[in-house]
Amino acid sequence: MNTLPWLHPERVALLEKALDQRILILDGGMGTMLQTHSLGETDFRGQRFVDGHDQHHHGHNHDHPGGCDLKGNNDLLTLTRPEIIRGVHEAYLEAGADLIETNTFNATRISQADYRLEHLAQELNREGARLARAACAAMEARTPDRPRFVIGVLGPTSRTASLSPDVNDPGFRNVDFTELVTNYTESASGLLDGGADLIMVETIFDTLNAKAALYALSELFRQRGHRVPVMISGTITDRSGRTLSGQTAEAFWYSVRHARPLSVGLNCALGAADLRPHLQTLARVAECHVSTHPNAGLPNAFGEYDETPAQMAEVIGSFARDGLLNLVGGCCGTTPAHIRAIAEAVQGFPPRALPGLATEAA
Amino acid sequence: MPAPEASSPMTETARYTRLSGLEPLVLTPDLLFVNVGERTNVTGSAQFRKLIKENRYDEAIDVARQQVENGAQIIDINMDEGLIDSEAAMTRFVNLISSEPDIARVPFMIDSSKWSVIEAGLRCLQGKGIVNSISLKEGEELFLEHARQVQQYGAAAVVMAFDEQGQADTCARKVEICSRAFELLTRELDFLPEDIIFDPNIFAIATGIEEHNNYAVDFIEATRELKRRFPHSHISGGVSNVSFSFRGNDTVREAIHSVFLFHAIAAGMDMGIVNAGALAIYDDLDPALRERVEDVVLNRRADATERLLEIADNFRKKKGEAVTETLAWRDKPVRQRLSHALVHGIDQYVLEDTEEARLQATRPLEVIEGPLMDGMNVVGDLFGAGKMFLPQVVKSARVMKKAVAHLIPFIEEEKARTGEVSKSNGKIVMATVKGDVHDIGKNIVGVVLRCNNFEVIDLGVMVPTQKILDTAREEGADIIGLSGLITPSLEEMSQVAREMQRQEFSIPLLIGGATTSRAHTALKIEPHYKAPTVWVKDASRAVGVAQSLISKELVDDFIAKIRREYAEVRERHRDRGPGKQLVSLTKARAQRFDGGWSDYRPPAPAKPGVTVFADYDLAELRTYIDWSPFFNAWELAGRFPDILDDEIVGTQARELYEDAKRMLDRLIAERWLQARGVIGFWPAAGVGDDIEVYTDESARHATPMAVLHCLRQQAEKPADRPDFCLADFVAPKDSGVADWVGAFAVTAGIGIEAHVARFEAEHDDYAAIMLKALADRLAEAFAERMHERVRKEFWGYQPNETLDNEALIAEGYSGIRPAPGYPACPEHTEKGTLFELLDATNNAGIELTEGYAMYPAAAVSGWYFAHPQSQYFVVGRLSREQVEDYAKRKGWTRAEAERWLATNLDYDPD
Repeated sequence: MNTLPWLHPERVALLEKALDQRILILDGGMGTMLQTHSLGETDFRGQRFVDGHDQHHHGHNHDHPGGCDLKGNNDLLTLTRPEIIRGVHEAYLEAGADLIETNTFNATRISQADYRLEHLAQELNREGARLARAACAAMEARTPDRPRFVIGVLGPTSRTASLSPDVNDPGFRNVDFTELVTNYTESASGLLDGGADLIMVETIFDTLNAKAALYALSELFRQRGHRVPVMISGTITDRSGRTLSGQTAEAFWYSVRHARPLSVGLNCALGAADLRPHLQTLARVAECHVSTHPNAGLPNAFGEYDETPAQMAEVIGSFARDGLLNLVGGCCGTTPAHIRAIAEAVQGFPPRALPGLATEAA
Repeated sequence: MPAPEASSPMTETARYTRLSGLEPLVLTPDLLFVNVGERTNVTGSAQFRKLIKENRYDEAIDVARQQVENGAQIIDINMDEGLIDSEAAMTRFVNLISSEPDIARVPFMIDSSKWSVIEAGLRCLQGKGIVNSISLKEGEELFLEHARQVQQYGAAAVVMAFDEQGQADTCARKVEICSRAFELLTRELDFLPEDIIFDPNIFAIATGIEEHNNYAVDFIEATRELKRRFPHSHISGGVSNVSFSFRGNDTVREAIHSVFLFHAIAAGMDMGIVNAGALAIYDDLDPALRERVEDVVLNRRADATERLLEIADNFRKKKGEAVTETLAWRDKPVRQRLSHALVHGIDQYVLEDTEEARLQATRPLEVIEGPLMDGMNVVGDLFGAGKMFLPQVVKSARVMKKAVAHLIPFIEEEKARTGEVSKSNGKIVMATVKGDVHDIGKNIVGVVLRCNNFEVIDLGVMVPTQKILDTAREEGADIIGLSGLITPSLEEMSQVAREMQRQEFSIPLLIGGATTSRAHTALKIEPHYKAPTVWVKDASRAVGVAQSLISKELVDDFIAKIRREYAEVRERHRDRGPGKQLVSLTKARAQRFDGGWSDYRPPAPAKPGVTVFADYDLAELRTYIDWSPFFNAWELAGRFPDILDDEIVGTQARELYEDAKRMLDRLIAERWLQARGVIGFWPAAGVGDDIEVYTDESARHATPMAVLHCLRQQAEKPADRPDFCLADFVAPKDSGVADWVGAFAVTAGIGIEAHVARFEAEHDDYAAIMLKALADRLAEAFAERMHERVRKEFWGYQPNETLDNEALIAEGYSGIRPAPGYPACPEHTEKGTLFELLDATNNAGIELTEGYAMYPAAAVSGWYFAHPQSQYFVVGRLSREQVEDYAKRKGWTRAEAERWLATNLDYDPD
């Protein structure tokens, strides 16, 4: 699969050139930005879902007379309030992002099932990618010397393939690899159809879910005869320094390294300062580029993120100074102001040098 | 350009095989030889096959665990057996051991001759494992297809020396097939050479068939050549095969394995499937046996097999040679024995050892200051480094206390003779503040401090401020420590701080307990007292804090740091500004929860009035215990039952759990504790934010016999989400709908004092704390069980409910049981009304302190609401408007209301 031609060879060439020259900037949190709009149930429903289910889709069984609550289904806003999502993308591009992430974190069949909108999985991904692609194209028209890229996001889904939800039966699973592969294949094909330049498997709590996503991608690329660069980003869930499924950062890298990704990194859960030792580990052992998009600190007692742009930029600036980074952005609680500050903080530093590629040494 | 963190790219990302379980396993040359555990294989182990066939997966998991404990760096899993559904067994077993952190830390080798079984295993593997095996047996196409799948699943692969002609037995064939496979994999698929592990086939030798005699040599020579040709790849094999003809004679088999490996490893074999617990050391072999084994393995003489057979029987293992627990430490000098006993918490020999040490010492005090303190320092260091856990420390303290108790008469006698006094690290007066009875956490802190040679004067519970201060003065204390659990205690602590300032104290004040926090200490306590005031998060921090405060070298920096920290907390609190604005009480009331009273008919209680449970069966309650908080009480973090297998605290958690179960057995059988409870249901109606309670159905229009005063959320919320108040869950009076409310008070702590005293007299804090923690759990279990019976029988609105304990703990039921003093009704004095309604003191033997804490401490009380949409919520902050309104309803002054609602105020009272 690694010998397949690129789907957009000229864009990959631009991306690789940019990665050679500087630390590239990812965007920041989507949820934080949406909260500022104080959206209500009606915003989420729009016209198409006015009754809580899809007017365009007749497969829905109407045993919920009032339909489902759709509030909180942020990915649905791509269809019902696209101007808001586009606005968030634009705000991050203005703030200096080179790559923006599609609003598709929960756009899998499994996660949409919570809203009885399974059938939207492919559409949400396609439209999410399209929306981000249009925002990038508009920005590129203004600054033609600086390409912008769309990262199609594959989220972790709401289930875990290597953890049991039943404490009485540690052998039980409520999702398996095959089902995840089906889910991710559908979502990823939507992202490719909508024009994603890359695909990122992110916020990986459970490496087995990520391996299913990577398996789906390699099959999908093989079927289509083309591939796009893949980014992988895991999540160290707490100060134990492990993923939710129990792996250390190094074990995590060895588990996904077979996908030969463009980058591997860490995002979410911890603030930048707490991620440092794990990022150092990845920077030491990974042959590919290294990324991070941390939260704005740890949530406080009220579930809010307190770290200011200046605080976050200072820590990330030190990562750049120490040669740990190739791509950097923000996750929960970050805003365009954070991204702008981060972009400024890393500006003067060269990207992390890739270690001598051992794959050529044999 | 700054140098990247990588020390050297060539070493860090060099061409090594990089496997993973929960932890990485990089096959660097210095590993020499990687042990792959062989016992979880149904074809190789009759015992394991039996376990799988009989569905005894718990024991099968133990087999895997033993392998890892015995040093297996990878474990091989094979389920190939005709009578087993191999795909299902592979899936189940891999999923199960993936949930065991002490097993799953190593990579797994998925072993099957059926590809579908291999795929089933790969689909459960989050780490990078190894497929065992693929081969050219069925041609190049299928071989490459499988290899491609292996890549896609992210695994390494064992490539067996097997082709279309069959399995390779000679050196030449082994090398030829493996080389061909390597060329295909790297050329066609870009398969990483380091992810290829050759298995050139280990066959049995010394079988009596002459053609078999050179098999080991063929393997070893093929290994040498393959390693030369493909230095990045590995050579592995199933080692036990080689000795197959000596089945039943483990000594000889192990000797053969050892000799075989010795030579094969020298030739380049760097991985092997072995019984990791049973590898003999080459140099330790009996020389006569080793020589004859070596003749066989290396095929050095024609009569090698016969010569080995001649002596083999002499080495057959005798029955009953099982290893027993070692008591070797008993042979060490007394100083080391004491240290060992302290670190391992063994109190069996402590008196005789202490006595021996005393006789050797010139003064009895030397035993404490010497060996005992040395041992406790080791304990302290291990605890501080996170290598020991609280239950172990408390056990260590028990050993220490027993030793000290033995020495005290001798020390007293000496003191009387010489007039000298001993010196400790420092003296700490500790107390649970007035109005509060909770002391488990405080007692643990006391134990830990004593372990670290602090003198602790524990004044117990419900201690009035003046008594704490007087004692501190009389004793010349260096530090005062306050503890409390219920929210009024927070206010009480701030009173103690004010009083210390007024009475011109200057010793440090420590604050601890579940509801305390850094923020509360910084905002509400520290500003009232000029001397150092420090919040102590948990017992593990207590020693560090106390030592820093006592030490002349550390104290200044430490205090400066704490002051800075608290000032920052205050700063942040101020900067937060008004935070989320509260809405007016009128607006909050307008957005009340609507119970849909026109369509909802509240269920009438099946058994109205008061029902008393004089002596509830503890054995029944036991099954309702929620264990997670029990482990948290011992500062072991994690959820039950996962915590039992936690990588870090699992061993301790298991031990603690076993001790707890043992004590439960005894306390139930010997009736140490009595559980008593009372419940009641009365007609009720909502009137504004109050609930009126009536004596009986006919009295609905009479003066209520009691009024429950509730508090309302004042959060800004969208129109569709109510600002809750408990009164909303009862039908309003003007709706004309008949509704009811219920109440309960239960305890499992009747009679606990005598047993706690007994343990304390035996210097057994571990048992005393354990008993209190268990009584707490039983009381909570009682509340849970009673609520279940209320739903099913006594109120009876959910007669057919079937929920297991997990679902109960997760609050998966209909209706709620909020407790006064907790978030939905945070004001404690309402407990007084509840107690009057139930006459709980007479009916259940529970008393209320002046701070409205319940005694015995192992008690739970609360209200019952049955409305299907009733839910737990947090009242949160209250505006001055609501506090004034509440004061009016309670017949209080605003200042009184502000005192009882101190932790909920959204404003600074005048």
